[in-house]
Amino acid sequence: MELHFAGENALMLYFGTETSARVSARVQAATTAIEKTLGEDLIDLVPSYASLLIIYNAMVTDHLSISHRVRSAVASLESGSNQGGQEIVLPVYYNPEVGEDLESLANSTGMSCDEVIDIHSSGEYRVYAIGFAPGFAYLGQVDERIAAPRLTTPRQKVPRGAVAIADRQTAVYPAQSPGGWNLIGRCPTRMFDPDATPTMPVAVGDRVRFKPVSRDEFLSLGGEL
Amino acid sequence: MTMEVLQPGLLSLIQDGGRLGKHRIGLTNGGPLDPEAFFYCNRLLGNPEGTTVIEASFGGLQLRSQLDTFICVTGATMPLAINGKEQPLWEVLPVAAGDTISLDFAKQGCRTYLGVADGFNIEPSFGSTATVTRENIGGLNGEKLAPGNLLPCKQVTERKRCYLPADHRPHYQDMVTLRVIPGYQQHSFNRLQQRRFFSHAYTVSDRCDRMGYRLEGPAISCDIEGILSEGICFGAIQVPADGQPIVLLNDRQTIGGYPKIGSALSLDAGHLAQLRPGGTVHFAPISLHGAHNALHLADSFMRRQPLMERRV
Repeated sequence: MELHFAGENALMLYFGTETSARVSARVQAATTAIEKTLGEDLIDLVPSYASLLIIYNAMVTDHLSISHRVRSAVASLESGSNQGGQEIVLPVYYNPEVGEDLESLANSTGMSCDEVIDIHSSGEYRVYAIGFAPGFAYLGQVDERIAAPRLTTPRQKVPRGAVAIADRQTAVYPAQSPGGWNLIGRCPTRMFDPDATPTMPVAVGDRVRFKPVSRDEFLSLGGEL
Repeated sequence: MTMEVLQPGLLSLIQDGGRLGKHRIGLTNGGPLDPEAFFYCNRLLGNPEGTTVIEASFGGLQLRSQLDTFICVTGATMPLAINGKEQPLWEVLPVAAGDTISLDFAKQGCRTYLGVADGFNIEPSFGSTATVTRENIGGLNGEKLAPGNLLPCKQVTERKRCYLPADHRPHYQDMVTLRVIPGYQQHSFNRLQQRRFFSHAYTVSDRCDRMGYRLEGPAISCDIEGILSEGICFGAIQVPADGQPIVLLNDRQTIGGYPKIGSALSLDAGHLAQLRPGGTVHFAPISLHGAHNALHLADSFMRRQPLMERRV
């Protein structure tokens, strides 16, 4: 673990440099421990792939006190404790009708669309980070065979629910937004709903599976074309 | 009881102290770009800290009051008029039902805060009324103010006519020195690059908004192109591949993968946000210890600064 001062009221903890479930589990364990240790002095936490940003209230404490408390909280964590998070299954309607890049992705990998769908829906993905936009969860790792680089020209509008791949990451767009990821299907589950409790069906550290559904099932689950 | 928006101007947003503690679902902070002017707006009005106000950028805001109350305008020098008669900024002023309040275009600075006694009564989302248009959250339906919007507030008949003496008001200039806490990913920038960054003037580009200020000047090269995406704190100074630094502000994305050369002191970032394209920025290093002291000193100063009261 490495600790750096990131700003006037922020510390950055690094747990490694690679994307792996092991590192992510350490980030997750540290997130829970630090939240408990810092209590009211904490303003916010941003867990990501291999790091944790800690934002504290510099009016009630200082960097020396916080870094001391963070170090002791993290030191007492068992190494390799793999907190699994919840398992969440998200239905996906995989079809070129809603996955505009499905065919080109299949062509570029030399596989059929069905094979791409099989590979994507047979993986278990970990929520590594949430950011970019409200409710945007970065899921990984995507099987190397279907990893595809971002589009050279991002789309102005990617619809809500779009299921997409960029490199070895996959995501469900929580709202309509611009985006440069390869679209392969659409999910009827809302990834971010300000009026729902909880607001998001997933949190960092959760495990996500995708389940292929038919067009009719997609529509009956509230999906929009 | 409301204030009606007749003209919203270029960009007027409902803001409070900002949305804190929601980064884990991807929500950014929002909140006032110039926390000092925002603080004085509420302090002068006798409102609790963080009360909801309007942040007007560049100017052109026009409201009609449908009630008797008091207002106060702080921040950039936008000529203020009530029913066409010029009025002072940094001062609590009475308005009556039917009065028109207008803010002309800013002469110096670009962010102004218009508050009312007891604040605008806006339903918070995720604990805050701060508008972040990129997220479509806060304010009125997550959007900037538009003609015809009605902003609920209370009828208030008694309020001290406080003002901040002219000598004590911030002066917005066309140049800002940003104190920067180095050390964060500093190893990716060699000594020459760091020296270049701290010894040259940078210019505010056209791409400056509530997310961040992109600057133009001598390119800073970094030994690495990107990093694994990680949390970004307020004031972080990102250096993308083109070497032009971006100072990240209130509406920044919460995670990102560009290397950062340091992090700006929030006190100075508030002044940066008062700069328009073409403004000049210098960077000066500050230690964490120095930054901590500066924050406490500024906080104490703002709270203790004596206010004057106009006798009528």
